[in-house]
Amino acid sequence: MYSHDPSFWRAGAIATTVFMSIVLAALTIDTLRQISPGGPRVPSYSVINRAVTYEYDQQRGEYVPKIGGEELIFDHKYTPQEAAALIARGKLVIQSRACIDCHTFFGNGAYYAPDLTRAWVDPMWARYPARKRSDRLAKFLMDPLRLGARAMPNLHIGREEAEAVVAYLKWISSVDTNGFPDRFGAPAAQ
Amino acid sequence: MYRAQRLGLKYLTASTVMFGAMVIFGLISSIYFVRPGFLLNTFNFSTAKIVHINGLIIWLLMGFIGSIYWFLPQELQCEVEGIGLAEILFWVFCAAVAVVVAIFIFVQYGTASEFSMWFINQGRKYVEAPRWAAIGIVVVAAVFAYNVIGTAIKARRTTGILTVLIADLIPLLALYLDAFPEMSNMSADLFWWWWLVHLWVEATWEVLIGCIMAWTLIHLVDASRRVVESWLYVEVALVLGTGILGLGHHYFWIGTPHYWLAIGGFFSALEPLPLLGMVVHAVYDAGERHLQAANRPAFYWTLAEAFGNFIGAGVWGFMMTLPQINLYSHGTQWTASHGHFAFWGAYGCGVIAVLYLVVERSRASTGLDGRAWRWSFALLNIGMVGMAGALLVAGMDQAFFERAIGGSTWSAFLSMQGRPWYNQSMWARLLFGLIFAAGYAVLVYDLLSIAKPVEARVREPLAAAGA
Repeated sequence: MYSHDPSFWRAGAIATTVFMSIVLAALTIDTLRQISPGGPRVPSYSVINRAVTYEYDQQRGEYVPKIGGEELIFDHKYTPQEAAALIARGKLVIQSRACIDCHTFFGNGAYYAPDLTRAWVDPMWARYPARKRSDRLAKFLMDPLRLGARAMPNLHIGREEAEAVVAYLKWISSVDTNGFPDRFGAPAAQ
Repeated sequence: MYRAQRLGLKYLTASTVMFGAMVIFGLISSIYFVRPGFLLNTFNFSTAKIVHINGLIIWLLMGFIGSIYWFLPQELQCEVEGIGLAEILFWVFCAAVAVVVAIFIFVQYGTASEFSMWFINQGRKYVEAPRWAAIGIVVVAAVFAYNVIGTAIKARRTTGILTVLIADLIPLLALYLDAFPEMSNMSADLFWWWWLVHLWVEATWEVLIGCIMAWTLIHLVDASRRVVESWLYVEVALVLGTGILGLGHHYFWIGTPHYWLAIGGFFSALEPLPLLGMVVHAVYDAGERHLQAANRPAFYWTLAEAFGNFIGAGVWGFMMTLPQINLYSHGTQWTASHGHFAFWGAYGCGVIAVLYLVVERSRASTGLDGRAWRWSFALLNIGMVGMAGALLVAGMDQAFFERAIGGSTWSAFLSMQGRPWYNQSMWARLLFGLIFAAGYAVLVYDLLSIAKPVEARVREPLAAAGA
């Protein structure tokens, strides 16, 4: 019987793998286009000069980031080149301090400290206007306070590094994540 | 014994040592959850966690490499090509691991500079190792691939299992090159990072352990090669058929398009299928053999692998994989529960099965069936099920109360840390972690002390029962 012949199953294994790999390659090309900065889902880095909020969208039935008018951080309007350089620097700070081995970004990481995807719009910080918020976040990063059951260690983050991280957090809060996290800040709104 | 088999023994010994390091740093990591100010600013949670998860990767990789160096010369009846180079690289690998662990523990982190990426910590989960060490891993893996492929060429023949292994090593190696980039865009960074993490753990590693378990079954219970090879092909078809696009379950919330919710949800829901197939086959085989084999510990660990893979990777994964649940479960201790159980079931149990097989074959005798292995089998598995259960309770508490009701904010996260269910779970995890560690200690004791010639008398009846 054909099913007793390993080569029958081998042909199936090869065909399945090749087919799925081709589908993945096609989807990857489309996805990379959609998630490049300035694309439909990931705003360009200059978004750090604009207001960002995260609100429930009736039509989509999920929470989505909304980009508003001009809203500066650190009293500075960044050119596109400056913004890109600042974001690159922020990412390097985030990697060098291994933030993701306590925190999470987009829910990926270590689950020991709060998710940072929407830190910029989190009620704990968003109660301050942008200028004050950016300054307070930067100071927190340089000399962390104890927050409830979690104390963030002092990772010797300098002022310039802290500002880059704040810019990064503002940019990342503008990424469209298909409604993650849901019901954001809902109890606080009641 | 071939030189490659002696090298295999060295790798398996190193693997067992790294298993211990992983357990110790896992226990340390679990303390931070019940004592939040523990070693703050001296030895932070992230440092313990980095050593814990990198220890996991290294002990399993060394276990796979050791297993293959053990089986390969037997499979082709000849010495492994380039074995001298492989022997040197073993010591280079061990030295590099020791240096990286020392850097993680004593230097911990650097400033935002390329220097930090090259020499201290790359800060990407699972691939924190500085770039020089990542290059070292590529070199070790390349030499390993050369050993395997070169031996097949030298022997002028291959087998079904070996062909699958060779075909698997190439993407396995290529995907690791993903350990280097440092992209500004977190969405793109995580997109590629998941190619490495998912397509290793849920695709190429599954195929690799499939090959290793196929050889284990042939040597352990004298399984028919035709049947084992057919099963391996079916498994490859199902694992890669569901697992390649199952990658989509990591693309729900990282900025990637909406269609991944449907694709990732559908294919990852199918991912348990090959694992279910393996359980069915294991139950059938075990029943046919009346749970008897000459090497009982290896046989039981093989069964544990089949069940653990299905429950830990399959059932636990399915439970949280549909986007409608994952929206709330993603990034909670629920994920940690699944991660622990899946790695243990899919890979840990398999490597331990090989350890027992190799101990039997490399020593003069088969006096394996003592009391110690039963204790370590029970303690390790109870410890793991307990940890996975405790983390599941904590994760469900988070999913419902911190996420769905609490609104997912920083204050929702922080107030969760004070909830009784969450805290009790964290204590339970620590307790079961200690049980697991005790199981590890007994395992090491057993591996060092069993199968000494004095116990040779045990061999006869067992060999008869297995025949």
